[in-house]
Amino acid sequence: MALELNNEYQYGFHDSEENYAFKSTRGLTKEIVLSISKMKNEPKWMTEFRLKALEIFYKKPMPKWGNTGLLAEIDFENIFYYVKSSEKQEKNWEDVPKEIKNTFDRLGIPEAERKFLAGVSAQYESEVVYHSLREDLKKLGVLFLDMDSGLREHPEIVKKYFATIIPSEDNKFAALNSAVWSGGSFIYVPPNTNVEIPLQAYFRINTENMGQFERTLIIADEGSSVHYIEGCTAPTYSSDSLHSAVVELIALKNAKIRYTTIQNWSKNVYNLVTKRAVAHEGAVVEWLDGNMGSKLTMKYPSIYLVGERAHGEVVSVALASGSDQHQDAGAKIVHAAPNTTSVITSKSISRNGGRATYRGLLKVHKGAFNVKSTVKCDALMLDEKSRSDTYPTMEIDEKGVQIEHEATVSKIEDEKLFYLMSRGLSEEQAKLMIVNGFMEPFVKELPMEYAVELNRLIELEMEGAVG
Amino acid sequence: MILEILGEGIIKMTELLKIENLYVKIDEKEILHGLNLQINSGEVHAVMGRNGSGKSTFSNTLMGHPAYKISSGQISFDKKAINDLKPNDRAKLGLFLGFQYPLSIPGVTVANFLRQANKALKGDSVSPRDFRKLLYEKMDDLEIEHAFATRYVNDGFSGGEKKRMEILQMAMLEPRLAILDEPDSGLDIDSLKLVAESINKYKQKNPLVAILLVTHYQRILDYIKPDKVHVFIDGNIVESGGPELALELEKKGYDWLTGKEAIKA
Repeated sequence: MALELNNEYQYGFHDSEENYAFKSTRGLTKEIVLSISKMKNEPKWMTEFRLKALEIFYKKPMPKWGNTGLLAEIDFENIFYYVKSSEKQEKNWEDVPKEIKNTFDRLGIPEAERKFLAGVSAQYESEVVYHSLREDLKKLGVLFLDMDSGLREHPEIVKKYFATIIPSEDNKFAALNSAVWSGGSFIYVPPNTNVEIPLQAYFRINTENMGQFERTLIIADEGSSVHYIEGCTAPTYSSDSLHSAVVELIALKNAKIRYTTIQNWSKNVYNLVTKRAVAHEGAVVEWLDGNMGSKLTMKYPSIYLVGERAHGEVVSVALASGSDQHQDAGAKIVHAAPNTTSVITSKSISRNGGRATYRGLLKVHKGAFNVKSTVKCDALMLDEKSRSDTYPTMEIDEKGVQIEHEATVSKIEDEKLFYLMSRGLSEEQAKLMIVNGFMEPFVKELPMEYAVELNRLIELEMEGAVG
Repeated sequence: MILEILGEGIIKMTELLKIENLYVKIDEKEILHGLNLQINSGEVHAVMGRNGSGKSTFSNTLMGHPAYKISSGQISFDKKAINDLKPNDRAKLGLFLGFQYPLSIPGVTVANFLRQANKALKGDSVSPRDFRKLLYEKMDDLEIEHAFATRYVNDGFSGGEKKRMEILQMAMLEPRLAILDEPDSGLDIDSLKLVAESINKYKQKNPLVAILLVTHYQRILDYIKPDKVHVFIDGNIVESGGPELALELEKKGYDWLTGKEAIKA
């Protein structure tokens, strides 16, 4: 693929203010926002922040890029913007779609967990694990709370960092989240503290961590490190059609944050998420982002490398399966300081009419000398009806940067199938082996239990891929 | 079955592979024109011929490559027709093809690949631990470093490493008929010796295994003694003989055989 620098990017990441059309917003009013804030007993600055965000949401046009057709179908009037978890109407297990129950069966998900994943139970019974974890963290001085409690118990930290990385003006969905956010994680790691076990949203109980508008803020103070895992490989059933999270990561000097997500929302869900990190001097930020479910996902984890020698890495994986699914995913890295380095690895698989899009931006600011970056996008298409697009953009405003860019689109070659089948594997097994191999760079980075479950999930997805 | 013990030390070799009047085409172009050949269990056959004489078409057809269409004739294994069997079903009967150009499978380790192939062929009888032990033993035979077990199949391997890997696969999967398509091409003399020794070792351990060695150099036959040598020209066998035929070819080339009639069944 030819590398074009400084080309006009027709699918720009920023919404332009011009030509916007007012969208009816009857579903979301100032009164709703005020009552959310009141119910949570929030400080005044947060109430004001929400109200201001609401104004921005009203004014912001829908993105003019991505799958505009599907985006236009979102009915903002038809959305419940806040449901208190204790008042959440519990659904019946009988109402959960059969195919989701089948997948639970075949993945061997424990009973309690199934109900949680299916939205039948508001919490997952992992109290014991969570409590012992919390004790260990307390000794280290690590804060790991849901965002609402974080704001209540540590307002000074929250106020200092909240919305500093993703302002409400960023895009329409960030504005929406800012106005109505609820749940999500708040993590603060003190200086020179190494959190050895990954922190999982899964362990947090009695919170809305599967919420529609969750808000996550992670601060790793100087010289500290933390790995956070969100989501799960098992299918997550939600009757809410719009999920729009905002995630902000702040890695201070020489800190390290790794953020792992696997989303497998049911296929009625719009998953429109804004994720951004800032890496200060010598800091490292890694996003591992896996997208298996949803109707439409638009998600481009970003890293701003603002301090010298900062390093950013994004591994983005998407599986688009079926004509009712579009995974529009990618990464965005901004080099704003000298001697910064970055790696973007994107892997997408499309099958059975699915559509996978890689959308990426690599920007090098003037003055960011001696930048090194590698961008690698591989797309695997399993049949003729599926679709794969790549929109890599580079804006390089400094000389002497070292950038490698490679993009491949491949199919499963007959010769490879023959090779594997000559060793005794059936056509289905051979295809699965090639697909698993393709996903390996992502899977090998995951904690064991996630890796195993993801492989099994891919196996289920691949069933019937032959003939 | 194949083995009939007729008395102490006497083993009767029986028919393993039989090819009768085989016509094969690829993309409507006929490559093999009425081939006949029989290989008995325990025998080593060498098929020699120039590039483009149809040797690779022949070995791919035996393994069931979908692009090679049999227009008439029959391939039998254990006296049963296998014309319509898929490659994996042929592998389960005991056929193995060592590829001339092995393909890479990024993201799949050699150990995982072999374990899954082994499972597909023999069921899940070996424990992971025993399997690894066995794998390391066979790797030692071929002087392949153990680190290769965790490398991705043929990904970034040199030509010689790929060839040794094919023989490793043969040794692990234990076929009854090993079709080896130019296992010697691109090898230096040391690698060639290693590959040949491993083939011999496998043969000694499993005397009933038949080997079909496809090559265009006589050199490998200094190490692996064939029972029969066949010469391929224009998609057919035009001459068959003992090991001396290979030496004669080495001296005289192929020209003296050009235009000769195909050998009938």
